Amino acid sequence: MSNHAWILLGLYLVVLLLTVKPLGTYIAKVMEGELNFYGGIERPLYRLCGVRQDEEMGWLKYAFAILLFNFLGALAVYALQRLQLWLPLNPQAFANVSPDSAFNTAVSFVTNTNWQGYSGESTMSYLTQMLALAVQNFFSAATGIVVVIALIRGFARHSAATVGNAWVDLTRITLYVLLPICVVYSLFLTSQGAIQNFDAYKDVTTVEVTKYDNPKNGPDGQPLKDEKGNPVTEPAETQTQSLPMGPVASQEAIKMLGTNGGGLFNANSAHPYENPTPLTNFIQMLSIFLIPGALSYTFGRIVGDTRQGWAVLAAMVLMFVVMAGAAMHFEQQANPLITQLGVDPSFGNMEGKETRFGIADSGLFATITTGASCGAVNAMHDSFTPLGGMIPLVMMQLGEVVFGGVGTGLYGMLVFAIMAVFLSGLMIGRTPEYLGKKIESYEMKMTSIAILVTPLLVLIGTAIAVMAVDGRAGIANPGAHGFSEILYAFTSAANNNGSAFAGLSANTPFYNVMLGIAVWFGRFGVIVPVLGMAGSLAAKKRLAVTEGTLPTHGPLFVALLIGVVLLVGLLNYVPALALGPVIEHLQLFAAH
Amino acid sequence: MKTLLRPAISLFILLSLVTGIVYPLLVTGIAKVAFPDAAGGSLIVKDGKAVGSRLIGQNFTDPKYFWGRPSATSPQPYNGTASGGSNLGPLNPALVDAVKGRIEALKAADPNNKRPIPVDLVTASASGLDPQISPAAAEYQVERVAGARKLDPKVVKDLVAKNTVERQWTVFGEPTVNVLELNLALDALH
Repeated sequence: MSNHAWILLGLYLVVLLLTVKPLGTYIAKVMEGELNFYGGIERPLYRLCGVRQDEEMGWLKYAFAILLFNFLGALAVYALQRLQLWLPLNPQAFANVSPDSAFNTAVSFVTNTNWQGYSGESTMSYLTQMLALAVQNFFSAATGIVVVIALIRGFARHSAATVGNAWVDLTRITLYVLLPICVVYSLFLTSQGAIQNFDAYKDVTTVEVTKYDNPKNGPDGQPLKDEKGNPVTEPAETQTQSLPMGPVASQEAIKMLGTNGGGLFNANSAHPYENPTPLTNFIQMLSIFLIPGALSYTFGRIVGDTRQGWAVLAAMVLMFVVMAGAAMHFEQQANPLITQLGVDPSFGNMEGKETRFGIADSGLFATITTGASCGAVNAMHDSFTPLGGMIPLVMMQLGEVVFGGVGTGLYGMLVFAIMAVFLSGLMIGRTPEYLGKKIESYEMKMTSIAILVTPLLVLIGTAIAVMAVDGRAGIANPGAHGFSEILYAFTSAANNNGSAFAGLSANTPFYNVMLGIAVWFGRFGVIVPVLGMAGSLAAKKRLAVTEGTLPTHGPLFVALLIGVVLLVGLLNYVPALALGPVIEHLQLFAAH
Repeated sequence: MKTLLRPAISLFILLSLVTGIVYPLLVTGIAKVAFPDAAGGSLIVKDGKAVGSRLIGQNFTDPKYFWGRPSATSPQPYNGTASGGSNLGPLNPALVDAVKGRIEALKAADPNNKRPIPVDLVTASASGLDPQISPAAAEYQVERVAGARKLDPKVVKDLVAKNTVERQWTVFGEPTVNVLELNLALDALH
């Protein structure tokens, strides 16, 4: 790892940690109802919607409200895609999206996954982007945050029957936290070069004439192929470049802040109109971890012991530093197959990377975007070195708890914390307790479901896809890497990440449906047990701290927590990783 | 359930309007006034005609121009409406073949250049629209461009230096040279 990479990582951590306390305090005050500067908007809004502001909900009602709100979101996103040709703000006259792709995209954006089987700049109208996709970027982020707030309240309250009002929580997190940050953030992005307009695509006359081979289409509109199956092409030339336009900056801001990751353009945060400069790249990386980091402080503050929040954060930071260092190190390695052709190896593996970001900013971005459930990419993970590409894969497979998605990362980590106190309770023969709440069989059942549902979706989904003809048909790269592409797709979907080994042709009915299912259950198969746990914890009495209580704010607990996360991740995924990136690494470096 | 339906639907519609209509329109309005050039795509206008964007690369194959990153967009390179990378894995024979082809093209245009080839000149960018190359990649092409234009290499070298941008705020990203701007500056010399 170069000196520059170390400095970048250090600076990133310093700036990030400086934001934790102020933002964490602010979010806590908003969610506890201490700040009310939007009261003039909020009260009429609630009255109009029939929301009783001070009427709290039990966990089941809270869960129903969240599910209903998200289900409406899925319907709206599906409908807007299917009707976009007849709706306004479609200057390129993009056709209505196919049913399977629209289903996949709807589910994917509602669940904060933002897996994109389509190419934005040639598929989605501006209206679909802003009113369907960007809105879900807000709502799915809000959903994740309110679920963890409900869980935190479960720890903080005792002998209580309710965990909060879902409508008030969703509204407040959107209006007080997400929206104001996004306005400032999107203007900053524009100032650096991210576009923001509603113009039709602009044609420019390029300096040189571009000569290329244009694939020929048959009379049925399908590409023609010769006897060997290669596409038939004819020579063509053009001196026109069509520049895509759109309301990019406003969507980019919430895409990163809400750990959504669905870009307007196919190249995502590698596209110069989405992520124009190294400075925007740094801020984009910062904004991914901003809310997940702050929420750990919010957690400590609401449960009345900020050390608890710092301990959870410490576990996240330690795992993150090791993984980020590894990703930057492995990408600094040049591909030996290219070096032996007389290419300078000192710049590392530049296939699929942007010049302005280089190795360090790309490796760091990849670790952050997969540590959180963001899934935006500024470099193509499919072209990473085998072990460099394994880092994003592992980050997701740890359960998206190294910071994780907004809200989801923290509730994921708290589930692991419960697992950790349970294991240590078994070791010392005491009833486990966490934050003064006795952990009993109901909590352990919910914990087990929340921890096991994603690996089941990933491994069973991968197994089915590898066996099915339609599954194998999507593979782009031969050998072990092809297996990695499928494993990555299901890992990304079930963990609601959304990044991809993008060579995989996933915009097919098979993958749209399979991944759509993995995405949906990977999200709500965890949210419902977590809310169930929130309800049961809130109802419990608070136990007094005694000499026998395991302290959950010290280094010992941090180590225990990391141990549990790694143990669960390793047990689930090592065999699959051995078949993919590990084999590929040995083939690439041992043979050459 | 019924008590949930009304708040769900009405709150969904109202918050959608705020985040999906009001917010992007507000940002567009402010951006149009505060950063009109950037919000509109950072276009380069020559003689009243848009010839490109400072942020979007173009395809160059003529020896008299500096070449940019190879682009994997289809069907033509640097297709603005189809951004993306090659997604070739490190062991894929197609990657090695593509790199070989690019090395041959570089050698054919500049047979006397024996220096190691900068990797960014033979590997495809992530976006397929990367507007920049490394200073090393520009340096590698100076002799060829000067020869094709019958210019003193020092003049071309100075122009490269003038178009080289250091790391932003000295820590972010990598030093770069904007290929389109450099080539337009070259054309302006004559």
